[in-house]
Amino acid sequence: MLKDIFINPFVDMVEAPDFLLQVLWEGLVSGVLYALIALGFVLIFRSSRIFNFAQGIMVVFAALTLVGLHSFGVPAWISVLLTLGVMFVLAVGIERVVLRPLVGQPDIILFMATIGITLFLIGGGEIIFGGENKQMITEELGIPTGDTVLEPWGGLLILQHLDITVVVVACALVAALLAFLNYTQMGRAIRALGDDHQAALSVGISLQTVWVLVWFIAGIIALVTGIAWGARAGVSFALEVIAYKALPVLMLGGLESIAGAIIGGLMIGLMEKLFEIYWGQPLLGGNTETWFAFVLALIVLLFRPQGLFGERIIERV
Amino acid sequence: MLDQTEGYITADGRQIGGTLMEMKNITLKFGGLVAIQDISFDIREGEIRAIIGPNGAGKSSMLNIISGFYTPTIGEVWYKGAKRPPMKPYEVARMGVARTFQNIALFEGMTVLDNVMTGRLTHMKAGIGAQALWWGKAQREEIENREICEKVIDFLEIQNIRKTPVGRLPYGLKKRVELARALAAEPSILLLDEPMAGMNVEEKEDMSRFILDVNDEFGTTIALIEHDMGVVMDISDRVVVMDYGKKIGDGTPDEVRNNQDVIDAYLGVAHD
Repeated sequence: MLKDIFINPFVDMVEAPDFLLQVLWEGLVSGVLYALIALGFVLIFRSSRIFNFAQGIMVVFAALTLVGLHSFGVPAWISVLLTLGVMFVLAVGIERVVLRPLVGQPDIILFMATIGITLFLIGGGEIIFGGENKQMITEELGIPTGDTVLEPWGGLLILQHLDITVVVVACALVAALLAFLNYTQMGRAIRALGDDHQAALSVGISLQTVWVLVWFIAGIIALVTGIAWGARAGVSFALEVIAYKALPVLMLGGLESIAGAIIGGLMIGLMEKLFEIYWGQPLLGGNTETWFAFVLALIVLLFRPQGLFGERIIERV
Repeated sequence: MLDQTEGYITADGRQIGGTLMEMKNITLKFGGLVAIQDISFDIREGEIRAIIGPNGAGKSSMLNIISGFYTPTIGEVWYKGAKRPPMKPYEVARMGVARTFQNIALFEGMTVLDNVMTGRLTHMKAGIGAQALWWGKAQREEIENREICEKVIDFLEIQNIRKTPVGRLPYGLKKRVELARALAAEPSILLLDEPMAGMNVEEKEDMSRFILDVNDEFGTTIALIEHDMGVVMDISDRVVVMDYGKKIGDGTPDEVRNNQDVIDAYLGVAHD
């Protein structure tokens, strides 16, 4: 038994390095997407102290809107633009109707409000577009669907073009977001608001503008993730569950750390895949990916309640 | 634009302009508590105006009214010759009013340079889209902002900590960074809430010198709060003295120093 846990998996890894690479690659693909969703959470949490429970359903809603618009006969790329428009209207609406009246309320009330938003989006999405599983319009968007076969060390490594596209697009989006946050005035405003509300007001930052902006960014992220995941698993409300994987990512990375969200996402993606293939399937009967991330987060929480990368501001007295 | 009130010439020969800001019969109540009672005074263009008074006199409340954090219960704020409608603090900031805080409100997770750059947010013109795409106008603005911030950083002698996260700085330097952020906004009026609180003698001297230099170099109008009488009397042109929410004196440091009510407030006399 101990041999199965501590020795055999590593022997397998070394004996079939091409398979290990395949596993790592697949882990990386999900990891990048987890990181992206977690980033959406972090931005909203930092700038408004709201734990946005609705992030998961926003992924579904964005994907549904895209597919739904296309099924009404709108060309694919126009549908993407229109969906972005819908996400913007959603951001403005949420700020006006939900956040603004609740400013200054305890965090738990705002959290409950995001659960309300979740229910609203589920209901709205179903009424408008129907609840059945839909096909993502992968080809219409020009996303490549073939695969490339590599033969490292005489082995076999299959890279789905879809996955390559997902990784490239997600990395580009993360890089763009980081640049936006670090090198533009609006980005500084977002970070500043996360640090100190009063000071942010005194330098002319409007809470409302920043809130609409971060919710819209979360909407863009939701759309990209929705397309990526929809292309692999179809568009249905089951996607929401995948988005909740961002929760353990946040526990691991810390709720406020942008770098933490990225590293945490990649770590969870890679580790859950490795665990599933080398430990889960042989020892536990498989399907460990559904719970592994949460258990990992629980263990991290025991030892580091602020997460692995949570920002702890040094206090001087 | 400005009120046509005649200016005056200070003891050290500087020409002070007309009225930049005027507080008219300001009363501020928190429920039953009267924090400020019917106070009027003006701030002239180019002067260093101090508001002093013992703890709890209502000085900070007054500053919060000027910067829009509080709205007066009764009374009007006039700014650049026009009555200012009730505004949010960020709107007041965009009208050219910059401030610092008594307990230092910096963005602790960001570097000194980034903190100072946030001071330029009031001058943001390029749209969010243009910034996201790093388009011409946004790019030019960013470079221009950076230049102004570097100038301020040089001026306040904090070049060597530009890239340090603010959370790691000692107290005195934080105060200076906060001043830098306010200055980066190129404000028409600069509000300083106890800029020397908690400082040692040397740091106080440094801060006094910076305040005088800012006023001298950029012609910035400064309104500051202090309860340390000594420093204030040295650097300010005119002083408002508050006690228990009321104005008990207003004038040059010399006039105020010889005002019986002020002496009573500071040295302590039984209130009837």
